[in-house]
Amino acid sequence: MSILVNRDTRVICQGITGKVGEFHTRGCLDYGTRMVGGVTPGKGGEEVAGLPVFNTVAEARDATGANATMIFVPPAFAADAILEAVDAGIELVIAITEGIPVIDMARVMPVVKASKSRLIGPNCPGVITPGQCKIGIMPGYIHTPGHVGVMSRSGTLTYEAVWQLTQLGHGQSTCVGLGGDPLVGSSFIDILALFQADPDTHSILMMGEIGGSAEEEAAEYVKHHVTKPVAAFIAGRTAPPGKRMGHAGAIISGGKGTAEAKLAALRDAGIEVAESPADMGTAMVRAIEKRRS
Amino acid sequence: MKIHEFQAKDLLRAAGVPVLAGKVARTPDEAAAAFTALGTPVCAVKAQIHAGGRGKGKVKGSEQRGVELAKSADDAKRIAAGLLGNTLVTIQTGPEGQVVRQVFVESGCAIDRELYCAVLVDRRVESPVLIASTAGGMDIEEVAAKTPELILAEPFDADRGLGAYQARVLASKLGLPTASWRHAEAFFRKLCQAFVDLDASLVEINPLVLTKDGTLVALDAKMTFDDNALFRHKDVAALRDEAEEEPAETRAAAAGLSYVKLNGTIGCLVNGAGLAMSTMDLVKYHGGEPANFLDVGGGADVKQVTEAFRIILSDPHVKAILVNIFGGIMRCTTIATALVEASKTIGFTVPLVVRLEGTEVEEGKKILASSGAKIITADGLTDAAKKVVAAAKA
Repeated sequence: MSILVNRDTRVICQGITGKVGEFHTRGCLDYGTRMVGGVTPGKGGEEVAGLPVFNTVAEARDATGANATMIFVPPAFAADAILEAVDAGIELVIAITEGIPVIDMARVMPVVKASKSRLIGPNCPGVITPGQCKIGIMPGYIHTPGHVGVMSRSGTLTYEAVWQLTQLGHGQSTCVGLGGDPLVGSSFIDILALFQADPDTHSILMMGEIGGSAEEEAAEYVKHHVTKPVAAFIAGRTAPPGKRMGHAGAIISGGKGTAEAKLAALRDAGIEVAESPADMGTAMVRAIEKRRS
Repeated sequence: MKIHEFQAKDLLRAAGVPVLAGKVARTPDEAAAAFTALGTPVCAVKAQIHAGGRGKGKVKGSEQRGVELAKSADDAKRIAAGLLGNTLVTIQTGPEGQVVRQVFVESGCAIDRELYCAVLVDRRVESPVLIASTAGGMDIEEVAAKTPELILAEPFDADRGLGAYQARVLASKLGLPTASWRHAEAFFRKLCQAFVDLDASLVEINPLVLTKDGTLVALDAKMTFDDNALFRHKDVAALRDEAEEEPAETRAAAAGLSYVKLNGTIGCLVNGAGLAMSTMDLVKYHGGEPANFLDVGGGADVKQVTEAFRIILSDPHVKAILVNIFGGIMRCTTIATALVEASKTIGFTVPLVVRLEGTEVEEGKKILASSGAKIITADGLTDAAKKVVAAAKA
């Protein structure tokens, strides 16, 4: 078991004929993901990495039975690509693209909410169930199959955490990159609910960052609905207010979204807090051991 | 991207949002001429800098405020002379302040009441939202913290815009006289439309003024824009005032890098925003002070990474550099090649600590080892942080 993706997930890549799309389609194939095709408007009939290319998502779905898509379409057209995937009834839409205008996402969100599709991202590394299915840009080798569910708003910070877990001998059930934008398809709470319900996930590690209130909301949810051990790290403790730290969402404004407020909320919910980014894996181990004793 | 108040008002006026007549002046004489041309008995002379709190802010070394009222052309000239070329310090500029290069001379109006309104995207409701409050002219963050019941919010759909009824709900809650409701309807709906049409990330009107004749007017206007959408707003992008920006940050943006200058001694070069923030945290945790936030992004090439090093080294306070790369899209070989390249072309004058992990890490380490470049390698985060903090203090 796992969440969102497994060895039976049938994946297409939107934007497969682009340099990045092709590179990561090959990466996913190499990992063992069941890639079944790709979509680029106007390039239907071509072949990339041995996979058929289709003009539309609907055509790709009909021909391949795809139930997941990974989107590498450039930012100006990415919102449209998400809408196309949702319209075609693709169950899991993973948008890797970085730099989509926020207003475009504000238009996409209600459509996704009203559909049966789940959106992960945008501006995220993707989703991986180690040993079974990798959809996205994360380096596969750092992961190992196991029982820690990992989720994060930041890509490379997730790799760091996963690597620490792997070195400590703790494998992962599924790792989910939520994305660093202000508006993303799935929140910590959405994924917490899935991890809590997944019998193969025994504990949960989450990486948040300054800005917004998603971490506080997640802490509140954990307090009332999650029985599994949870550990967390918040990036940006030393970031000065008013300066945007790379991610559009990562900004402390008017005393809101500070690391201190987030850490306090996490601790209040009984979540084990990692004091330094080098301590993420060990914080997870501490949370698991506390529960045992 | 930030713009000046006078630019924001030009955009709002074009969008049909009521603003007062005004003129930009770059010399005291221009300010006097602007006063005369506007022809009202009173004008406000306002410093134009990319920071708020101007009304309470003071010019360094004098009692002059960032916003003052002029009752004659001579008045306007005197106030402008006190501002132009001088440094204004407000709560938002920090103690170093910001040099005033232009002033906005704006006609006055008869104020009945000061209100507040703003439009932004609220993550919790996942849509744009119009915020309004009767607490106009005040520090809205303080209002939100102390009296949250005074903050009104109406979320709206980006495509449909703000409903007329939503504008009326706000007008009613704000206690506006019913005779002013149609003005409020037009004001709020056009403001929300401008926010969506221009891909703004914030429009803030503080104060929003109810005039004695019952109309609404934007007395101040602050607008920031979604950098990711500037590609479809060439006219807005052209309003960028590079003189208001940190030069190194402008240079980084041009190279496709995300850089924020800080005040420490340890330069950081990292891939990914979250890891970059965490690396700063880690440096601080081990007793150092980060000199910058720098995210080279996922797809940076040798040229961009070399430029990143140049930018970090252009900060004279940097005593050591920490490179922390967890390769995903970014390959460790790219970083290693760039490191070697940069050491040849620019030469490192400060110690360099490198921690590599992820895609093509072994090959990357080999490139570094065989280059003969003077590099301190590190295994893992803690080791890297300890080494760079020690190097910066040596």
